[in-house]
Amino acid sequence: MIDFPRWKYWLVGIAMVLGLLYAAPNAFRPQPAVQISPNHDARIDATLQKQVAADLDKARIPYEDITTGKDRMLVRFANTEVQLQGSDTLRLALGDNYTVALNLATTVPHWLQAIGGRAMPLGLDLQGGVHFLMAVDQDAVLKKQQQRYLDDIRSLLRQKQIPYDVVSQSGDGVQAVFKTSDDRDKATGAITTDTTDLNLSDSRTPGGGYALLATIKPDVLQKLAQTTITQNVTTLRNRVNELGVSEPLIQQQGESRIVVELPGVQDTAEAKRVLGAVATLEYHAEDESVNAQEAARTGNVPPDDRLYYTKDGRPVVLKKRIIVSGDELVDASQGYDQQTGMPDVNVTLNSAGARKMLDFTTSNVGKRMGVVYIEQTPEVKMVDGKEVHTSKTTETVLNDAVIQGVFGKKFQTTGLSQQEAQTLSLMLRSGSLAAPMQIVEERVIGPSLGQDNIRKGERAVILGLVLVLIAAAFYYRLFGLVADIALTFNLLILIAVMSAVGVTLTMPGIAGIVLTLGMSIDANVLICERIREELHHGSTPLASIRAGYEKAWSVILDANVTHLLAALGLVTVGAGAIKGFGITLGIGILTSLFTSVTMTHAITALIHGGRKRKLKTLWV
Amino acid sequence: MELFHRDLNIDFLGMRKVSIVISTILVLVSIWAVAVKGLNYGLDFTGGILIQVNYEQPIDVGDVRASLEKAGYEHAVVQSLGGTREISIRLQPPKADAKESPDKVATAVSKQVLSALAVGHPGVKLAQPPDFVGPEVGQELKTSGIYAAIVVILGITVYLGVRFEKRFAFAAVASEFHDTVITLGIIALVQREFDMTVLAAVLAVIGYSINDKVVVFDRVRELFRLTRKADTPQILNRAINNTLSRTIITSVFTAITMASLGLFGGPAVHNFAITMLIGILVGTLSSIFFASPMLLWLGVSKKDLMPVTRENPELARRP
Repeated sequence: MIDFPRWKYWLVGIAMVLGLLYAAPNAFRPQPAVQISPNHDARIDATLQKQVAADLDKARIPYEDITTGKDRMLVRFANTEVQLQGSDTLRLALGDNYTVALNLATTVPHWLQAIGGRAMPLGLDLQGGVHFLMAVDQDAVLKKQQQRYLDDIRSLLRQKQIPYDVVSQSGDGVQAVFKTSDDRDKATGAITTDTTDLNLSDSRTPGGGYALLATIKPDVLQKLAQTTITQNVTTLRNRVNELGVSEPLIQQQGESRIVVELPGVQDTAEAKRVLGAVATLEYHAEDESVNAQEAARTGNVPPDDRLYYTKDGRPVVLKKRIIVSGDELVDASQGYDQQTGMPDVNVTLNSAGARKMLDFTTSNVGKRMGVVYIEQTPEVKMVDGKEVHTSKTTETVLNDAVIQGVFGKKFQTTGLSQQEAQTLSLMLRSGSLAAPMQIVEERVIGPSLGQDNIRKGERAVILGLVLVLIAAAFYYRLFGLVADIALTFNLLILIAVMSAVGVTLTMPGIAGIVLTLGMSIDANVLICERIREELHHGSTPLASIRAGYEKAWSVILDANVTHLLAALGLVTVGAGAIKGFGITLGIGILTSLFTSVTMTHAITALIHGGRKRKLKTLWV
Repeated sequence: MELFHRDLNIDFLGMRKVSIVISTILVLVSIWAVAVKGLNYGLDFTGGILIQVNYEQPIDVGDVRASLEKAGYEHAVVQSLGGTREISIRLQPPKADAKESPDKVATAVSKQVLSALAVGHPGVKLAQPPDFVGPEVGQELKTSGIYAAIVVILGITVYLGVRFEKRFAFAAVASEFHDTVITLGIIALVQREFDMTVLAAVLAVIGYSINDKVVVFDRVRELFRLTRKADTPQILNRAINNTLSRTIITSVFTAITMASLGLFGGPAVHNFAITMLIGILVGTLSSIFFASPMLLWLGVSKKDLMPVTRENPELARRP
């Protein structure tokens, strides 16, 4: 069969090799491990390794080995039970200086990792853990913003000395009432120059007053809603780090939901406490007369001051007096400096905050000011057999900077990288404009259930594959065997693609794989039936093969495109389990199109085309 | 080995009156079942609290239900988790607590349930912390499921309308509707739990069944184009017969994999596999008995399918 081009043989060959190579990492089971990473100025070194080993020996917890990396240490254990004991012991022994997290250490050989080979991450249903769905209360955020504009308008009118009767919240906007239409026009002008976020409309009140209704523009609202979600995702991510989960999933779902999946975690109560922490912000003046490094070393801090640390462990000494606190901050957003084009963070205060800030900066230009992020996490401890509710406070300096001039309501923080500016604005928002969240869905999957699911899923895949292989070989003989090779490679290439893309494997995903196995053989059935038909009509074997592939192609294409449309529909439903299934099915349809048509054609051409003598019969 | 003789020619179209009547009855019964008996929605859809408890001694599901009723939980769904000592209880949180944060309600309710169950059966324990799903989450899932089904069916219709012809698209949509409704009807009739995986399976059935129809339709199109004297029922019959062995073989192969998933895949995918098996059966039968009669009824004919050559005047002018 000369009509099968050489490059297609190569394509098929390369696909087979790549499929094998990139599916291979999944055969190496990850090993339960505990990951230790340093906080503040703590270090990962040989001393720590010895200490960890000694701690584990003392508690008689067997471990397999300890590897020390640049910024983390991995202790591997034989099974999850020992892993949990180990992590509890180490968490207690190492204290606050280190974060101890459950982890699954890869056992994939280095050369395979070097070429990018990695196993599919396992979904919660396959490895156990907690799943939360959190709803963000967008209404509360909206109310807060309306209050902000109300304050703004009121103080603006006062500042511009425009007389007004009343400024109040009305429906979904702010209403200001004036005695004359002249005052109203002045107010409209003042507001328009002050902000572009509002839609203004005129009306008359029943009492004969001239009313001005200000509503927040829809695109501003939409942006606000999106920032709220992003900000909450960032906050949650920071908090989850505290829980010691090495690979948490925190993701927006739909317009106002956030999914939080914490593999390995079983204690929902603790997780909820950490996720439900309350955050605030405080602006403090920096005490530059004190050497912060020195103070951190000796612990000597003047009575009016306090020692704080930044996220990366740098000590900062701030005065105790608060200049402005988080509830006086009405907006923080990342932008760009108009002169230099460098990223900056724009902060807006309400009128009370603005006054205090103005007072402070007037006499402190050239000095430094720091902003502290304070998070309070409720804790429950058992004391004498009773539950004692306390709370743990963590304080971090987000940023400290030199005051460049006198400012009040609005100011910018500059000298930041794009990334830093983004993070700072989100953290400022979470400390001040926190949107309340509620857990609306909660599920716990035990670790043994996860193991059980993997085992059963594997068994179903293998059994399904073997049965179809036997049935195809039995019914279509040689062509069935060719289809079998293609089907096996379809499974491998499907797994390889899923691994390379990084699709999380879940139980519905496994169902998708099994379904793909059953349905991808359909193309071969179509081709083989066609070949049989052609033979029956009296065509020669080679012509039958050619006609079989040609005539079956259009129907295979139509059938697969429509099927792909259905898979796309599944993906757009969005919710976790169905999405995973749809993605698997979609990738499976694409890979099967390649394996069951191109690959079988290549193999068939190889078997029948190479023969010099005339082909008399086909074993189909 | 061949399933059917090559020259097999069963007069499927001759049975069209009977088959359409049967299909109509099945669809009506299914609609009745879904509307009146309703789908036995799982936690994913109803929202509520799922509590799993372990007893020390074997326990009867009826006893559990009785003690729950005594405690005021009248509509709890009580199921055995395979053994005699593991029980799962699904219930709706009391309405009065609507303002309370839902996860706190779940914890409180599970405590009350546990103490109610402990009466007469000391040592009953929670197997794991309770799961709960907020009611609006479930409602959204239902809505998005219906949207997905509509979008999928519309997308397929447009594609088939372009690739084939509008009558084929209509017939395909009618068959899709037929298959989906009957699959749902059977699930409602036997009151199998309808959870998220079942929704996924129902949507996958749409994909599977359209696959099947396209194969038959493709053959219809081909035969119309090849045959000079075309008698529509005859051609439809030949198309069904020619593709019959493929239709059945593919269904058997897919059914084999789904059976293995259902038998060995464990409880997480059991409902999925069962739904797929039902869908495969319904889809296969409708490919044979329902889709082509629909085509005939819609009045498909040879001239609808001749390749369009006249539309390009440039080509027409050439000798």
